[in-house]
Amino acid sequence: MPEQQLSSLDQAVGLSVESLSPGRLAFRRFLTHRAAVASVFVLFILIVWVLLAPVTARYGVNEQVFDISKGANQNLPPSKIAWFGTDIIGRDVYSRVLYGVRVSLIIGIASAFFSLAIGAFVGAVAGLKGGLFDDIVMRVTDIFLAFPFLVALLVIRNMFGSIGWVVALVGKPDSVRFMVFLFAIFGWMGVARVLRAQVLSLKEREFIEAARALGASNNRIILRHLLPNSIGPMLVSLSLGVVGAIVSEATLSLFGYGPNPGSGATSLGLLVAESKSAVRAGYWWLALYPFAALLLITLCVSFIGDGLRDAFDPKHGGGRS
Amino acid sequence: MLRYALRRAVWLVPTLLIVTFLVYVAIRLGTDPVASYRRTNIRVSKKKLDQYIAANGLYSGAFGYVRGYFAWLWGFITFDWPRSIKGSRDVWPHLKDALANSLRLGLVATFFGIMIGNFLGVMAALRPGRLRDSAVNAGALVGLAVPPFVSALLLQLLFAVYWQKWFGHALFPVSGVYPPGHQGFNLFLMAKHMALPVVVVAIQSIAVYSRYMRASLLDVLNSEYMRTARSKGISERRVLVRHALRNALIPVTTLAFLDVGSVVGGLIITEGLFEYPGMGRFFLVAYGNGDFPELMPWMVIIIGSVVVFNLLADITYAKLDPRIRLA
Repeated sequence: MPEQQLSSLDQAVGLSVESLSPGRLAFRRFLTHRAAVASVFVLFILIVWVLLAPVTARYGVNEQVFDISKGANQNLPPSKIAWFGTDIIGRDVYSRVLYGVRVSLIIGIASAFFSLAIGAFVGAVAGLKGGLFDDIVMRVTDIFLAFPFLVALLVIRNMFGSIGWVVALVGKPDSVRFMVFLFAIFGWMGVARVLRAQVLSLKEREFIEAARALGASNNRIILRHLLPNSIGPMLVSLSLGVVGAIVSEATLSLFGYGPNPGSGATSLGLLVAESKSAVRAGYWWLALYPFAALLLITLCVSFIGDGLRDAFDPKHGGGRS
Repeated sequence: MLRYALRRAVWLVPTLLIVTFLVYVAIRLGTDPVASYRRTNIRVSKKKLDQYIAANGLYSGAFGYVRGYFAWLWGFITFDWPRSIKGSRDVWPHLKDALANSLRLGLVATFFGIMIGNFLGVMAALRPGRLRDSAVNAGALVGLAVPPFVSALLLQLLFAVYWQKWFGHALFPVSGVYPPGHQGFNLFLMAKHMALPVVVVAIQSIAVYSRYMRASLLDVLNSEYMRTARSKGISERRVLVRHALRNALIPVTTLAFLDVGSVVGGLIITEGLFEYPGMGRFFLVAYGNGDFPELMPWMVIIIGSVVVFNLLADITYAKLDPRIRLA
């Protein structure tokens, strides 16, 4: 392109290769992971669909598809009136799934963000400082991770549920806020371990040494070098955290320890819990559609996580590189 | 080596003491054992209640937790276990049965997981980037993304409820170890009852092991000593089996040890949904009742197995990998 003005030294010396920032390189690698890109699209559509629930849902959460006086409306198989069938008191499963996914996504995203914030901070400090703080944090997480997950979750749930000021702060054990609080308490440990490992390996690298030699302050090293270079593991943890919280919520609900989001709402977990008895009675639609919604989310997020891992850590990208 | 093992083993006791103390506090705070005793036995006399408190070490007041913990610990060590809240039964016989049931389910599922998972992992790692590899990778990702309750309920729906509808009988039963009222031992019936729970657990386990084995073998295949082995001129088969596979199995062995340790804790979701009378279900029932005398021994067994198998995993890892030198 002769008319174009030469804007950089590279072009002046005839180098036509544009240089890419690590972030853009990672983005390009992410685009080559087809399953991950497809998952982003599917998840995006799902989220928009669910956020527009007042428009996209056909009935209210607790609205019956038609009045009981016009005939039996309970446990109807999928039909034109109710695409996903109706439940035990004649409510539309399709609409309930939409509203349920909404609450579950809120729980998942909120707890993942809190976990990430706490975990990134604790992990970074433990990795940088080392010493006693590091030892204590790692021992505590060891103990927690050694327990069967559900056991730890249930015991901690009741323990905090019995402490007055915690309940005053985050609500009763069956509130959505308490669920987020509970999952954040558990979620940060996984994030902290990942971030600690990342910081430990980064802080010995040459570019950190170079920055230090040039007189960069600690804060600058953390903000400009350590954090941007940990963005990959952080994003992966975030995606795992969202799925983990959604599945945990469903598991807790299944055994009757889940949230009770109030009469005007439901959650994916509550729908799954309702399906437990429906399965034995043979009402497959009550189980299949909530499961499908749950699986769609977990699968999409898993593939996105896989794509992110490959994109930010090409060395461990397996055979794809 | 021996010194390392001994030093680690010596640390077992303080670790167990600290963790059991924390668990003791957490359960006392979480379930309020005295209140749940009152709830289950409504017209209990003051004398009986005091007996219960003394037997379990549930003292209140200053240092109540510390005093209570040691009282409980002494009773536990001398095998003077208090009876359960609900039905006032001996805890150990039930706990023993639950442990046996859980081990049977967990070990069978882990066995399948290790065999099939490792096989798939090796298949994938030998042809990195090809169709086989992508298929195993995607399959493992899907297997991990399916929560156990989803696979459990779907299998129940298919093999019990709908099989009954289509063929007049359920292919696999969905609950228990034996049909209600069955007496004695019957391997066939037992296997039939275990089939669905084993599949649910094995799906997860296969996914985990195939990914782990694949990563481990790829790591080994890319290492320098593989080139050395090849350049010595030994056959490709021998290179793969003697040099690659043996080394790739080292981390997998560690994982297997950790897995067995956690199997003792029961597979709570699976056991809960299949009403399988193992450790997981034992916990769910005891926890629902707030049954302190049942919960504490359960917790000790769980913690003990996790800690001991962690130790065994570390020791075998050090023993198998000559690069690890221990003081």
